[in-house]
Amino acid sequence: MGIKADIKLIDDNGLRIDGRLPNQLRPIRMEVGVLERADGSAFIEWGGNKIVAAVYGPREAYPKHVQEAEKAIVRARYSMAPFSVDERKRPGPDRRAIELSKVISEALESVIFVEKYPRTSIDVYIEVLQADAGTRVAGITAASLALADAGIPMRDLIVGCAAGKIDGVVVLDLNKEEDNYGEADVPMAILPRTKEIALLQMDGDMTYEELKTAMDMAMEAAQKIYQMQVEALKKKYLEVE
Amino acid sequence: MSNSKFTAGVIPEMMKKYIHKLASKGTRIDGRGFDEIRPLKITKGYAKRAEGSALVELGRTKVLVGVKIEIGTPFPDTPNMGILTTNAELAPLASPTFEPGPPGEEAIELARVVDRGIREGHAIDLEKLVIEEGEKVWIVFVDIHVLDYDGNLFDASGYGALAALADAIVPASRYELGDDYKLPVQHYPVPVTFAKIGNWIVADPNLDEESIASARLTVTTNEEGKINAMQKGLSGTFTYEEVQKVINMSMDIGRQVREIILGDSDGKED
Repeated sequence: MGIKADIKLIDDNGLRIDGRLPNQLRPIRMEVGVLERADGSAFIEWGGNKIVAAVYGPREAYPKHVQEAEKAIVRARYSMAPFSVDERKRPGPDRRAIELSKVISEALESVIFVEKYPRTSIDVYIEVLQADAGTRVAGITAASLALADAGIPMRDLIVGCAAGKIDGVVVLDLNKEEDNYGEADVPMAILPRTKEIALLQMDGDMTYEELKTAMDMAMEAAQKIYQMQVEALKKKYLEVE
Repeated sequence: MSNSKFTAGVIPEMMKKYIHKLASKGTRIDGRGFDEIRPLKITKGYAKRAEGSALVELGRTKVLVGVKIEIGTPFPDTPNMGILTTNAELAPLASPTFEPGPPGEEAIELARVVDRGIREGHAIDLEKLVIEEGEKVWIVFVDIHVLDYDGNLFDASGYGALAALADAIVPASRYELGDDYKLPVQHYPVPVTFAKIGNWIVADPNLDEESIASARLTVTTNEEGKINAMQKGLSGTFTYEEVQKVINMSMDIGRQVREIILGDSDGKED
């Protein structure tokens, strides 16, 4: 995974550099309906990540040849602002963004009743404004809220969460330093109701037991994040009534 | 998005019913068991102009991987490491659904998953590829050329990349840096890909199986039983138990494949 360095990521008290316990999430704040023009939108602040997600559609899919006769296509576009990272990122999708857009699209499609909207596209735009590791899982979490906000029928919300390994210890929700100097990262997206896994990636070095612990941690945390999603949706929609 | 690009809507519904029916009887369209991969043949040293190469035939899927090694400057943040770069070309001759032009998202995902396996599995020790710290390092280019697409490019390409690296010679004499030597390969992280078909999970899906699969999972494990990389794809889902099962199957199959990659190539010319 990361670059080798003599940085201690867990101190003598078993705490992480930002003071968290191994199985502790960073602070998360979500808000639904933050953009005027989009059909649905959401903002998420997850540790040092700031990400906004917008949904347009279902709308007629263009260009025409991408249309599917029996279902809507789900097109997510993960994008990082040039100023979202320490060293300016050149605008436009790089290879990483193209891969992430693909796996995020597939994960989101798993919850959407795509067969209801043939020949349309459901476009999901995820813009990372400030990055601090875990952007894809935070982005999926926000995208799920934006889809709900757009009124897209779904069989569940979808929750992103990552776990990993630093200094030989399995931990939840890696921050930037931990991601850079850690030993493994396991980003996941989970359907909270059925506990199905819609996105799963991993890189680094883990034993079977460590990976199992990491997956357990992420799946448990997903339930907490799901509660926050529900609260964020209620906050918008109960106030309207 | 799914894999529509690959399959372009050919009687998928009938195929799906047929494959499901076979699965319910415990078999597959080509008669394999669920945890059985297609016959694998690896020919190392196939492309002589490359520093290392391997032609992989996994069933009827054919992939040629070439390794070129050149001198360049290291990345500023890793002055004491050589460079590994992986690229995949879905050549239009390999399938009616592949088009010429810059790599699409399938090719990019393929290259990145193969790259992740060999990089995170530390197949080659990049620190040994430094000529002059911060100034001059060896750059190892791994180029994946898909020649015939009959499913499961991830594994065919991953095996080809490993075998080509194992076959590669660092061309030191070309740059007057002493004698040529074998590229030091220290680990063999082997990917194994599974497809979810109905509620069944099969290893090494062929094109027909891939075209009707709901989800896909690639797990890369090394000779120490460590897990180095995973990639889930397609719009279906896996349960927790299914993932555990897939990881265990990947380790078992990975062990067999590693023997073949390490073995003397039967097709070796000269």
